[in-house]
Amino acid sequence: MTTQITPAPPATDGRTTPSPAQRPEGRLPRWVPGACFAAAAAVAVGLEAMGDFNIALAVLWTAVLGTLFVWVSSRLMEGPRKATDRLVTCLVGSAFGIAMVPLLSLVYEVTRRGIARFDLTFFTYSLYGIVGEGGGAYHALMGTLVITALTTLISVPIGLLTAIYLVEYGTGRLKRAITFLVDVMTGIPSIVAGLFAYALFALVLGPGIRLGFAGAVALSVLMIPVVVRSSEEVLKLVPNELREASLALGVPKWRTIVKVVVPTAIAGLGTGVTLAIARVVGETAPLLITVGITNATNLDPFAERMATLPVFAYYQLTQPGVPPEFAIDRAWTAALLLIMLVMGLNLVARLISRYFAPKTSR
Amino acid sequence: MAKRIDCSDVNIYYGDFLAVENVTVSIEPRSVTALIGPSGCGKSTFLRALNRMHEVIPGARVEGKIAMDGQDLYGPDADPVAVRRQIGMVFQRPNPFPTMSIYDNVAAGLRLNSKKLKKSDLDDLVERSLRGANLWNEVKDRLNRPGSGLSGGQQQRLCIARAIAVEPDVLLMDEPCSALDPISTLAIEDLMADLKDRFTIVIVTHNMQQAARVSEQTGFFNLNGVGQPGRLIEFNPTEKIFSNPDQKATEDYISGRFG
Ligand SMILES: Nc1ncnc2c1ncn2[C@@H]1O[C@H](COP(=O)(O)OP(=O)(O)OP(=O)(O)O)[C@@H](O)[C@H]1O
Ligand SMILES: [Mg+2]
Repeated sequence: MTTQITPAPPATDGRTTPSPAQRPEGRLPRWVPGACFAAAAAVAVGLEAMGDFNIALAVLWTAVLGTLFVWVSSRLMEGPRKATDRLVTCLVGSAFGIAMVPLLSLVYEVTRRGIARFDLTFFTYSLYGIVGEGGGAYHALMGTLVITALTTLISVPIGLLTAIYLVEYGTGRLKRAITFLVDVMTGIPSIVAGLFAYALFALVLGPGIRLGFAGAVALSVLMIPVVVRSSEEVLKLVPNELREASLALGVPKWRTIVKVVVPTAIAGLGTGVTLAIARVVGETAPLLITVGITNATNLDPFAERMATLPVFAYYQLTQPGVPPEFAIDRAWTAALLLIMLVMGLNLVARLISRYFAPKTSR
Repeated sequence: MAKRIDCSDVNIYYGDFLAVENVTVSIEPRSVTALIGPSGCGKSTFLRALNRMHEVIPGARVEGKIAMDGQDLYGPDADPVAVRRQIGMVFQRPNPFPTMSIYDNVAAGLRLNSKKLKKSDLDDLVERSLRGANLWNEVKDRLNRPGSGLSGGQQQRLCIARAIAVEPDVLLMDEPCSALDPISTLAIEDLMADLKDRFTIVIVTHNMQQAARVSEQTGFFNLNGVGQPGRLIEFNPTEKIFSNPDQKATEDYISGRFG
């Protein structure tokens, strides 16, 4: 239906042709909803410009007013049924728009402020002997990479094997108990994980201990349940028929799992692990307790304190020194780098699921 | 190396539920044995008990004696993995491995058991198996494409090729043609006629004509009611079953005057 106004139909089905007094069953021209929202945006900006300009409120006003305008004009020109349809469409669209506001404004703000120090020095220098201007987060970036790699090394085998146990072998009580414990672990606050790891290492190595490895243990406590959960879901999706096909060929069960079940699920497993890494890479609280901070580069997770990006950002912001602006700039750049890391990991996850998915096309 | 299978007093359970009761039967080597009967009477269950696939289901178990050429399949020193290597199986729904190419699917039985073969020997084996399953001409140009990209009937024949590639002594087929068109069905029936020189074949089918066409022996399973165990009502040469069966129930079932 592209006609804007339906011509009066011949009265064949007993319905009378609409009299001129009645509204024609029209259809809003294409441009009307867009125009409504543009007008709403203009009004919203005008409203906001009168007081302090606030972009979030402006978007909110635009959504509310635009929806109202569309509904009213549709109601006048198209009748109540179409109007309800448009109302709901606008509500859904606006809800999406509003949900995007914090995300976009966060990315925008962090990029705007972080870009100032997003330079070579930032990636090649540590803070060793730096007061005021200059310096970088090389030590923190490397620390984050080392600790995250170590965390992955600990969590993926444990998490994956647990998931395999739950899906392929577990029965009865033990399986239910493990599932319950994993659920509980998923909900553990990150600071508790940090305190646990600190207490563990303090018991063995004495109080006041700060160690990259302790940080990796703390992060593993957070990461293992995520890996278990996602791997379990993915393994459950592997059709039972494939397991039976393999078993019926006289392949032992463990080989069936290694050669058939895991390869079939590899895309999902990879995606899950990558997202789990993204989940822990920005954790701050546990690292604050277990790893501490340092200004020098320390790449050995088994000795002394290490710097990590989130903790680096935290200290640069809370203890900037005088004058503060240089440290605060570095904090923003560290935050930008973290966001980029997480986005990069998400991208990697998508690529993994794209390229490793079982190929069915010819 | 076709082998005979002797079952005596076999009871098959799912947990506490007795699905198949008291089956005593001898399956002849170098022949096709058909199992027919109404839905839910335990044909698949019995078939899966023959190569110890039944116990893969949690809680499932088998009582009684099943022996292949005198070797007790459920004896204390019988290894289910070894049993399944000797008794191959084709499932009702085609289930090629989605991560593997056509070639790898056929070679799967050897590869997964990490048997080392020379490349040329493996090539030969794959070709022989695919020819045996009547699929070679259709796929010889695309052996490296994924197996799941084939049509349903081709996938089923791929699964048959995969099963015969490991050279089992016995081949179990659970309604292998139920999802196939008449031409593929015919191809598989011809295939069975070829294969029975080398294998003992047991086939479950709902198609009476098929049972009559391909099999030497036919077993009729039935059950008295829902929740009752299935029983082997009659086991006789196929000609006898389809001309003058011993049991009234068999005649009713075959002539469609059932229930
Ligand atoms: N996994 C299972 N757990 C519990 N009971 C089962 C299971 N599989 C089958 N059964 C039961 O066992 C009985 C026999 O089932 P089976 O699949 O052997 O029937 P069938 O003769 O192969 O039927 P069809 O011709 O429809 O394939 C049925 O009552 C069925 O409900
Ligand atoms: Mg069945």
